[in-house]
Amino acid sequence: MLAILLAIDFKPDIVWKFLFDDVIIEGAWVTLQVSVVAMLIGVVFGGGFALMKVSRNPVFRGAAGFYVWFFRGTPALLQLLILYFGLPQVIDNQQFTNELTAFRAAIIAFGINEGAYMTEIVRAGILSVDTGQMDAAKSLGMTQMRAMRRVVLPQAMRVVVPPTGNEFISMLKNSSLAFTIGLVELLGAAKLIYAVNFRFMELLVVAAIWYLAFTTIFSVLQGEVERLLAVGDRERPRTFISRTIELLSGKRGTEMV
Amino acid sequence: MAMLSVVDAHKRYGRVEVLRGISLEVAKGQVVVIVGPSGSGKSTLLRCINHLEPLDSGRISVDGELVGYREKDGGLAEDREPEIARKRAAIGMVFQRFNLFPHLTALGNVAAGPVWVKGTPREKAEGEAKALLDRVGLSAKAENYPSQLSGGQQQRVAIARALAMQPKLMLFDEPTSALDPELVGEVLEVMKSLAREMHMTMVVVTHEIGFARDVADRAVFVDEGRVLEEGPPSQVFDAPQHERTREFLGMIRA
Repeated sequence: MLAILLAIDFKPDIVWKFLFDDVIIEGAWVTLQVSVVAMLIGVVFGGGFALMKVSRNPVFRGAAGFYVWFFRGTPALLQLLILYFGLPQVIDNQQFTNELTAFRAAIIAFGINEGAYMTEIVRAGILSVDTGQMDAAKSLGMTQMRAMRRVVLPQAMRVVVPPTGNEFISMLKNSSLAFTIGLVELLGAAKLIYAVNFRFMELLVVAAIWYLAFTTIFSVLQGEVERLLAVGDRERPRTFISRTIELLSGKRGTEMV
Repeated sequence: MAMLSVVDAHKRYGRVEVLRGISLEVAKGQVVVIVGPSGSGKSTLLRCINHLEPLDSGRISVDGELVGYREKDGGLAEDREPEIARKRAAIGMVFQRFNLFPHLTALGNVAAGPVWVKGTPREKAEGEAKALLDRVGLSAKAENYPSQLSGGQQQRVAIARALAMQPKLMLFDEPTSALDPELVGEVLEVMKSLAREMHMTMVVVTHEIGFARDVADRAVFVDEGRVLEEGPPSQVFDAPQHERTREFLGMIRA
């Protein structure tokens, strides 16, 4: 037992050395950019297609249904490969191929893929709002669209944010799929380095630390967004940041909105 | 001319025929109370009046204008949405479950219609909203959210919200049925003042016989999607002509 422990080959100083290595930082930055931009695309697509899915127009409903069916029904990696390798072959246009860098392809593919999941998340949010809200808005003379925007969606947001946070965290991690098309993101950067120095475990720990740092920061931000959206509640949920502010300012107790 | 005219309205949900040829006239400034057993079509009738539900046949007009439809080739065609919305704006509605917007304060709820539908500048709309909240006795609660108000207060805000659109006609769909007994009075008081001081034209679905006797010009008993009898409240409640009416009144008094 002791022999095994003494023989452990793990050098924390290598972790420390590579934690802020240029290649790793660069990779982390790529991961962050791809995840944030793709998520924004996903949210916009999700919002739009969700509205189409709950609309009374059968053409809109059908189109949105097809979108969700296809992009949720095939692996994200497959969609990425179709976009990056498949389409340039089919389209066979030099300019298109040149413009479609691995970075852009990852953003587009992950964004459209995410949109399919966000569609269902936003739709669930819309359905969670009591139908009486739509009745009341319409009885004041609001059109369907205006009632949606002013009354239903603001309330749906509360239900939409928690699973969206989940989606974003998945996105941060799954963006490592883009290494398949040669994009050096965080995990890819770690792989490139351990392929040369053979310090597998140390580099994997470095990548893990960065992923955890990102997800931790975004979880805190998500808590803040949820707090902002809890307007109208008897008691707003308290978050890490709001509690810190309370503590520093000496204000205690529950806050009535 | 009648402020509200319902002629031979029919409505079915699947195999269930909810309205089987209801007709109803309400003159300007009149208060009409509709009573009837659960499932008799009272709420559906109100929802058809402001076209939250489309009719299967018959016609409904408010202040001489068809609601939700226009004449076309001797028949009726459904209006486009902005037109429906415009006509609805002139018909206030108060719901059993209040349906206040939970993400807005009491003031925000009352100002919502004028700001978002009429495009009234927010400051002006909020000034008017304050006056309306004062009218329903809630000026102190302007900045409160619905979750911080009692049921009776919420329903009074809901009445103010409907009034903010300066409706020609107000529909009340069992406005006190979801309230604790001690909160019913404050809502009925507000409704009485609308009738007496503002001479608002009102159609009220309710089981509050006392309110009906006090304020209503006419009581209408609806059963199985038809008007079974109507007349002055004293006549309908004290000397009902039909066995069904007697039965029903006996049940709600018990």
